[in-house]
Amino acid sequence: MTSAVDHHHGPATGMTRWLFTTNHKDIGSMYLIFSLLMFFIGGSMALIIRMELVEPGLQVVQPEFFNQMTTMHGLIMVFGAVMPAFVGLANWMVPLMIGAPDMALPRLNNFSFWLLPFAFFMLLSTLVMDGGAPDFGWTFYAPLSTTYAPPSVTFFIFAIHLAGVSSILGAINVIVTIMNMRAPSMSYMKMPLFVWTWLITAFLLVAVMPVLAGTVTMMLTDIHFGTSFFDAGGGGDPVLFQHLFWFFGHPEVYIMILPAFGIISQIVPTFSRKPLFGYASMVYATSSIALLSFTVWAHHMFTVGIPLVGELFFMYATMLISVPTGVKVFNWVATMFRGSMTFETPMLFAIAFIVLFTIGGFSGLMLAISPADFQYHDTYFVVAHFHYVLVPGAVFSIMAAAYYWMPKWTGNMYDEYLGKCHFWCSFVGLNLTFFPMHFVGLAGMPRRIPDYSIQFADFNLVSSLGGFLFGFSQLIFVLVVVKCVKGGKKAEAVVWEGAEGLEWQVPSPAPYHTFETPPEVK
Amino acid sequence: MKSNRKLILQLCGATLGMFLFGFALVPLYDVFCDITGLNGKLELVAKKSTGVIDTSRAIKVQFIANTNESMPWDFVAKDVEMTVHPGENARADFFVQNLTNEQMVGQAIVSVSPSIGAKYFHKTQCFCFDRQVLNAKQAQDVSVLFSLDTDLPESVKKITLSYTFFDITDLQPVAAN
Repeated sequence: MTSAVDHHHGPATGMTRWLFTTNHKDIGSMYLIFSLLMFFIGGSMALIIRMELVEPGLQVVQPEFFNQMTTMHGLIMVFGAVMPAFVGLANWMVPLMIGAPDMALPRLNNFSFWLLPFAFFMLLSTLVMDGGAPDFGWTFYAPLSTTYAPPSVTFFIFAIHLAGVSSILGAINVIVTIMNMRAPSMSYMKMPLFVWTWLITAFLLVAVMPVLAGTVTMMLTDIHFGTSFFDAGGGGDPVLFQHLFWFFGHPEVYIMILPAFGIISQIVPTFSRKPLFGYASMVYATSSIALLSFTVWAHHMFTVGIPLVGELFFMYATMLISVPTGVKVFNWVATMFRGSMTFETPMLFAIAFIVLFTIGGFSGLMLAISPADFQYHDTYFVVAHFHYVLVPGAVFSIMAAAYYWMPKWTGNMYDEYLGKCHFWCSFVGLNLTFFPMHFVGLAGMPRRIPDYSIQFADFNLVSSLGGFLFGFSQLIFVLVVVKCVKGGKKAEAVVWEGAEGLEWQVPSPAPYHTFETPPEVK
Repeated sequence: MKSNRKLILQLCGATLGMFLFGFALVPLYDVFCDITGLNGKLELVAKKSTGVIDTSRAIKVQFIANTNESMPWDFVAKDVEMTVHPGENARADFFVQNLTNEQMVGQAIVSVSPSIGAKYFHKTQCFCFDRQVLNAKQAQDVSVLFSLDTDLPESVKKITLSYTFFDITDLQPVAAN
């Protein structure tokens, strides 16, 4: 293989390299670092929440501030940590995996990234404003977010607009890259699954982020320009807000999990030293999950008073999603079956993903049963459910991807011992945090309330201790990354024994420019 | 590069389309509720009654009068409950008073429970069809003339109407909804 490195076009030096870069690897790294920073900011807010919930009664924060913490934690983790992390991984890996020299729209790529720091600076600045930060929950239901909102809500709306524009532009870039820049003989059904799942995710983003933009625009005009989209007094309807929000919100949860499915489908075959079981069925399962995600939104609204036919429709449609999801879990397990498995850190995270995400899926099925949902709605059971699909789901897949590809990014092996420490601390920490929430939720502890009745005290103490273990063990990850960037055992081009794919054909670290001539695809 | 441009334009078009679709959902949602009678939304137009009275059954109709939290009006249902036959014309009276020293404009919004009943509840005349302008301390009796459709499903034995007065003084002119 000829090396395509052009020594006259290395990275620029100093700050301008990062401000003006159009290189997909630089932008990918910036996205990943940004999302890690947001992960820690959002995580600190979670720890404030857990600190307040150590025991019943109010001790650490006032209820008003508690509400701001639950709201900001959700917003920052969803829009600032998980989504940018996946965009960062797409930036780094999609061109390498399809044999393209860069993303299709490099300048737009730079712009999409640099919107984010401004969006989140604006969102975080609401914490020091008069009236405080948004306190209406990350789902910002009207009229809490319109009539009763703090004045800072306008900054929140613009932050969502900016983050939304960033996601849409990123998604358009990914679609154009994947559809137009694949290496000549790479047909759609030869694409790695991470590329496939990202292509589908990008279409979801283009379809629903504009609806969210429209929704917050309606909030803006309701608050400042006298319209009444969500105000019953002017002929509007607050339930309309929930329909619009969840029309965005449900596909959004698949936006946060489909790329994770792709990552797991890359990692499991590598460490099982077997090709992925059922590649085509994985592609079709992902597509059907994406399509079905548009037909289930009202399962978030079972208790607002939708008619019986509606309850039944959304209940069955929701349960239908477990079929393609089950296909995926089956395929991952079948890939591992009789494989020559080894358990390096990426594989540990991937296996934990499969087990714990499935638990989250099962509690999701319980919530889908509409008559039962009337009991579970707005309790800690829901909190347990979505943290089980998002933390060991989305976050673990991102961690797995980081460990899996870090040697390719930095050229050095990460510290396997520290990586395993990080994994086991996170694994124990998160289960201690979120598993007891199932029990307190079923027993009736409501979510988003800073105080609780004393019978929930023991489980909440366990949750808080687990939360602190989980939170602080993420510092191990930072240590691993810093050590790996600084040095370590040199990584080979094919980092993992069983690894397949174009990204392993370039040397480690991946040169600044790769695949300037398209590679051969077998 | 040319195919790039075409694809980018298509995707931008899709983005714009979905943005507009979000707004299109607002009327579509109302249309959907109107057609199906879901969400307990009543049509705000007068209906002619057919003249046939179904005396074989009697339906309990209850009235609840509320004011929105910021609305300093007194609003009471004089007829809390009545029994009517489907097809029969009936009248329910309410009392409303502006408690402030300013002229105010209010709009009553009605919600029906069970929501299936909304489709069969016909109002020939209603104070909720119009904005109510009340001068300082002015009190007024308002009423609704209604009949129940004879096609009302057998399962509905009781219908509750909840009226809520909203302060729309600052929202003038409001949409003719």
